[in-house]
Amino acid sequence: MLFGFEWDTTNGWTLAVSILPILMRGLWVTLQATVLGFAIAMVLGLVLAALKAAPSRLVSWPARGVSEFLRDTPLLIQLFFLYYVLPEFGIILPAFLTGAVALGLQYSAYLSEVYRAGIEAVPRGQHEAARALNLAPRRTFSRIVVPQAIPRIVPAMGNYLVSIMKDVPVLSVVTVLEMLNVAKIIGDRTFNYLVPLSMVGGLYLILTLVAAQGVRRLDRALPKTGIPLK
Amino acid sequence: MTDPIIRFDKVAKRFGDISVLDGLDFTVSRGEKVTIIGPSGSGKSTILRILMTLEDISDGTVWVDGEPLWHEKAGDGTLKPASEAHLHKMRGKLGMVFQSFNLFPHMTVLRNITEAPVQVLGLSKPEAKDRAMGLLDMVGLSDHAEKYPHQMSGGQQQRVAIARALAMRPDILLFDEPTSALDPELVGEVQEVIRKLAYEHDLTMLLVTHEMRFAREISDRVCFIDKGSVHEEGAPEDLFTAPQQPRTQEFLRAVLDG
Ligand SMILES: Nc1ncnc2c1ncn2[C@@H]1O[C@H](COP(=O)(O)OP(=O)(O)OP(=O)(O)O)[C@@H](O)[C@H]1O
Ligand SMILES: [Mg+2]
Repeated sequence: MLFGFEWDTTNGWTLAVSILPILMRGLWVTLQATVLGFAIAMVLGLVLAALKAAPSRLVSWPARGVSEFLRDTPLLIQLFFLYYVLPEFGIILPAFLTGAVALGLQYSAYLSEVYRAGIEAVPRGQHEAARALNLAPRRTFSRIVVPQAIPRIVPAMGNYLVSIMKDVPVLSVVTVLEMLNVAKIIGDRTFNYLVPLSMVGGLYLILTLVAAQGVRRLDRALPKTGIPLK
Repeated sequence: MTDPIIRFDKVAKRFGDISVLDGLDFTVSRGEKVTIIGPSGSGKSTILRILMTLEDISDGTVWVDGEPLWHEKAGDGTLKPASEAHLHKMRGKLGMVFQSFNLFPHMTVLRNITEAPVQVLGLSKPEAKDRAMGLLDMVGLSDHAEKYPHQMSGGQQQRVAIARALAMRPDILLFDEPTSALDPELVGEVQEVIRKLAYEHDLTMLLVTHEMRFAREISDRVCFIDKGSVHEEGAPEDLFTAPQQPRTQEFLRAVLDG
């Protein structure tokens, strides 16, 4: 029994049917971690991208260092740091929040590169035309650059959304009850790992396909020329 | 010559080790239509880009409308590098039409033209729209106000770009090879608009082009630039029919035969 649901171990099929609602609980946690982690990554990524592009090296170099560190060290190490080291400094976060923050941190580094690439892909002629028209740099950024960067940024972001979802099982090591962890517990208790793990694999496949399809739709729906703000 | 609206005074421009302009002296009078010709890489675009403040200078002084463009007068009368505020003020006197149009692809034609008048000049939206519609009428595109750039031909896009530059009411309009990116059958419609501007406006025009016939038609003066300095200049009928310098003769022979 888990989360108040009994399982039926008569055969594989009955087991599958009876543990589906339990796995759904895990799935819900997986989705929550994905969304929260990604939201953190989107905001932090924007901050990182802005810092990395800062004119002062005093700002841009440390930002690049942090970004490099976040990308080039394994998620698991960052997670352990947040989970085991931070409490030594009196910062104690619930496991779920710690996991979401770890995901958000690592992906903020990836997304900062997505933002940067999207912004840099806006042709130089656009900046020059804006300058020739005497538009202020901030106006140029918000009215000319960002609207044209969005259609380049969104599809790449979508791919990272799928990728972050596939990284959520790492959080199981710090006791987060996401889908894989739930499946493992079921396996531990029923001595049947095949069924729950296969189901998690299948559910992931469905999630990924749906998400990828969504990204493709979004990509197609975005006007290639840019999104006029307001 | 009447008061120069543009004056390059011993201007040098270097990109790293490459010297593009070297002691360039060059003036344009108010209302004058001047064409710059010269071989590829001779610094023609650089001259226009310096005026549009897209490229700074390495040495010398550029004067626009009696004021230094890349400098401002310090308290003791000497020149110091221009502040962004000064550049902003000076840019208002100039407009530029680019080889590749550079329209904003995410904005309608109307928005392309009204954006800067509203944001920079502080025009109300109806005022800016009136101005834009008048200019679209002038370039023969009144029916296209709500289209997006990608729905138009290159020639139409370039005419919109001309209207967009004019909407800022510049004193000086710079054209950097405005028809070079166009299919041959679209060159005429853009030249027609520029011709009309040249004949009917007191606007100062500085044009870089490889279309010698067109240059001859619309310019008061043609400057042949080679290796970053004015090699020969004169009225088009003189320069095109009786160039004095061997290099000018050679260049003209090459482009007119080609
Ligand atoms: N940003 C830059 N960095 C380095 N070199 C540059 C840069 N811009 C221009 N140059 C060089 O300066 C020289 C003059 O360039 P410019 O564009 O003014 O020539 P041009 O006369 O307009 O030639 P074209 O007819 O091919 O347009 C060229 O040799 C070019 O390679
Ligand atoms: Mg050029």
